[in-house]
Amino acid sequence: MKSLAELQAIKNRMKDKVVLRDGMEGARVVVGMATCGIAAGARPVLNAFVEGVNKAGLEGTVSVTQTGCIGICQYEPVVEVFEPGKEKVTYVKMNPEKAQEVIEKHLKGGNVVSEYTIGTVAV
Amino acid sequence: MKELSLNILDVAENSVKAGASLTQILLTERDDVLTLEIVDDGCGMDEDIVRSVTDPFYTTRTTRKVGMGIPLLKLACEQTDGSLTIESVTQEANPVEHGTHVTATFHTDHIDFTPLGDVSSSILTLIQGHPDTDFLFRHQMEDRVVELDTRELREVLEDVPLNSYDVMEWIRGNLQEQYEMLPEDSNPSGED
Repeated sequence: MKSLAELQAIKNRMKDKVVLRDGMEGARVVVGMATCGIAAGARPVLNAFVEGVNKAGLEGTVSVTQTGCIGICQYEPVVEVFEPGKEKVTYVKMNPEKAQEVIEKHLKGGNVVSEYTIGTVAV
Repeated sequence: MKELSLNILDVAENSVKAGASLTQILLTERDDVLTLEIVDDGCGMDEDIVRSVTDPFYTTRTTRKVGMGIPLLKLACEQTDGSLTIESVTQEANPVEHGTHVTATFHTDHIDFTPLGDVSSSILTLIQGHPDTDFLFRHQMEDRVVELDTRELREVLEDVPLNSYDVMEWIRGNLQEQYEMLPEDSNPSGED
């Protein structure tokens, strides 16, 4: 059973990490989670990013957060990637598989997956 | 919405936006009736707003003029011959006990009943996005109950965020174990 004792152990292990996280200045992945996003499948996309970023060992440099309606509901699920000193990248019509690709190629490899960006899809 | 759990996620977001410090998500299954309650201690809504939230052309969002969250939940319950009620007390009307109480009932044996789906995933998504507010989740089934109270977890975790990956995985596992536990297995001694 996932007991509170186990949670206590996690806490003890995490305590030092928290300090590191506060000072981080890395990429920010923002998933649109308003009614439009949720209905279009944003929940599994968010989960894929949360899990994938951790599995790729990027949890110290990439944060995954949620936001409301971005305003382009017909392209949901929408994911925005903000990196310091770079232009925002907007990925549209996302799914968990595409999310995995963005983690590998963009967040880890540094190359934008342009075929999933709004500039490519919306034309 | 393909699953009711997505409506739950969507409507509970409104509670967080209303500044709730505690949002309760309560599911009760009894005799082919599922009752969903979303109870928050947020800023509340006055009578006019309560009346208008079931109207798709009312919304708090600023990016466009339609809001489908409550209308979609209303549709999901009414298409099973169930109903939706909203009670709300504004902070101005009662500075101590304010907030909103959404109740939706569903007839689960109705052909148009939308399956509940992955509620655990919705709860996790809420916690991931709002680690500083509290959620009480309680799913009462005929033969068992699944429960999670982030206030209890926070007491153990102190300043470790609820949306740390390891904590989220613990919550996921904890909910899964509660759902999978057979009623006869639930011995109070807690031995495996």
